[in-house]
Amino acid sequence: MSTSGNAQRRPSQLFRNLNAKVASIPMILTALLVFLGGTVWTIVYSFTNSKLLPRLKFVGLDQYERLWSAPRWLTSIENLLVYGVLSLIFSLVIGFVLAALLDQKIRFEGVFRTIFLYPFALSFVVTGLTWQWILNPDFGVQNIVRAMGWESFTFNPLYDQDIVIYGILIAGLWQGTGLIMCLMLAGLRGIDEDIWKAARVDGIPMWKTYLFIVIPMMRPVFITTLVIIASGIVRLYDLVVAQTSGGPGGASEVPAKYVYDYMFLAQNLGQGFAASTMMLLSVAIIVVPWAYLEFGGHKRG
Amino acid sequence: MADIQTLNTVAAGIDPVADRMSGPQGARPRRALSRRNIFLYGTLILVAAYYLVPLYVMIVTSLKGMPEIRLGNIFSPPVEITFEPWVKAWATACTGLNCDGLSRGFWNSVQITVPSVIFSIAVASVNGYALANWRFKGADTFFTILIVGAFIPYQVMIYPIVILLREIGLYGSLWGLVIVHSIFGMPILTLLFRNYFSSVPEELFKAARVDGAGFWRIYFVIMLPMALPIFVVAIILQITGIWNDFLFGVIYTKPDTYPMTVQLNNIVNSVQGVKEYNVNMAATILTGLVPLAVYFVSGKLFVRGIAAGAVKG
Repeated sequence: MSTSGNAQRRPSQLFRNLNAKVASIPMILTALLVFLGGTVWTIVYSFTNSKLLPRLKFVGLDQYERLWSAPRWLTSIENLLVYGVLSLIFSLVIGFVLAALLDQKIRFEGVFRTIFLYPFALSFVVTGLTWQWILNPDFGVQNIVRAMGWESFTFNPLYDQDIVIYGILIAGLWQGTGLIMCLMLAGLRGIDEDIWKAARVDGIPMWKTYLFIVIPMMRPVFITTLVIIASGIVRLYDLVVAQTSGGPGGASEVPAKYVYDYMFLAQNLGQGFAASTMMLLSVAIIVVPWAYLEFGGHKRG
Repeated sequence: MADIQTLNTVAAGIDPVADRMSGPQGARPRRALSRRNIFLYGTLILVAAYYLVPLYVMIVTSLKGMPEIRLGNIFSPPVEITFEPWVKAWATACTGLNCDGLSRGFWNSVQITVPSVIFSIAVASVNGYALANWRFKGADTFFTILIVGAFIPYQVMIYPIVILLREIGLYGSLWGLVIVHSIFGMPILTLLFRNYFSSVPEELFKAARVDGAGFWRIYFVIMLPMALPIFVVAIILQITGIWNDFLFGVIYTKPDTYPMTVQLNNIVNSVQGVKEYNVNMAATILTGLVPLAVYFVSGKLFVRGIAAGAVKG
């Protein structure tokens, strides 16, 4: 694969760097036993009809057929897609714009940064419950706008099946954009002042400099950021549980919740395994090629 | 390196308004109330207000009595400040049959967080160091699995871990949860440390090697002291991450040992009884208090650390 040619052609290969190998045992165990082993185990058992306990009685694709004909699962997938795409776009855009604003040598930068980032320190449960309260139709935003005279004003995402996922998105963005802003800001600070000078000399307008020079230069930052956002999206669970408990009428269900409910509440393990395998599959389609390009193809330079 | 003239040009280059007014450039004194500044600070202040509103609403709600909440709006400051909701949330709020408030969850969370933070960081820092400086054959493969593993939805690994923990007799125990947190914290922490140690000049490492220092000696004498900032960052990330965890708490602990987040959710989202919004909000703030305190105390390091870990990616 890579550079394992000349340097390591020596005797006693196994004992070279022995300490490093010993020290890496937890990582090796985690990687092989939990991440790899656990994943394979779950995939294998997703083809069984395990109920309360895992049993190796294979039933082919039964669990998957049942899964994809379950309305609740379809809703979950749809919700995750909507939430995922929107939160990716909004996080990146808002995060970058905020970072660019903060990068204008402004005063009180620290204060603004502290304010934008503090929700990130909170638990999703806290965020969910807070926004549940703010979006409460009887006391929250809707009630206040109505009290100001706009009687027909309706903004009731947590009790409206059609838009409940946007209610969750609002809370999710409130919590997460600060981090993205920080990553972006760090990226912007890493850009050489000379670049700005050169762009200035050439008379390139500011927005163009950002769009065509700075952003491409920040590729590593964007990749890191994407990684962070994407892994957060798939895990979307606590926020939903706290904010809506999947309601109203199951309209804000997400795959992670489906899995948990079937594994630990409905005691239908096979169904839970199948659902989690589907989650894995969708992630794998996106991540594996990227991970290979990023880490496998070439050595870190 | 740069004289005054170029510095001024740079300052002008940052100014979007100057683009349109292609007049005289250079040492123009900046007015406090230019259009640019109004736009800039206006936007920032608006956004800041948006970020602060939920915190404000939580605080004022938790200080009101229930009658006042039913009448007024959630943004109005309390007419009569009462701390009763806070006392109730901490000491007597009910989850199921237990009516000893959030205090139990708080102490559970402390008992979970402290060992998890220490253990996970100890493991990951050594890992990162080994990966950055002692690259043995296959190390990159494991690291790749680890990083790809960071993408694997937790849900895929939850049940096998239940079985593993049951096998070693730690399921449902505090140490089981500590192991779980260490496992799932490992990818990001290892990446953080690996990136940091990679940025340490290699000459330093080589010089230590020439002087005969081994794996652990270089780690403890050279790398560890140099990496203190990144350790602080890791500690901050882990404290907030583990304190805020909900999923693992639900799965790997029992009702008696539920962490604070789980208990909070059970208190607020319980279907029985009259909803006491003020108590709920007090409980919510109480749960958020620890990570918030960590965040506000460590503010600059938190930010600097995120930057250090991320940019090298």
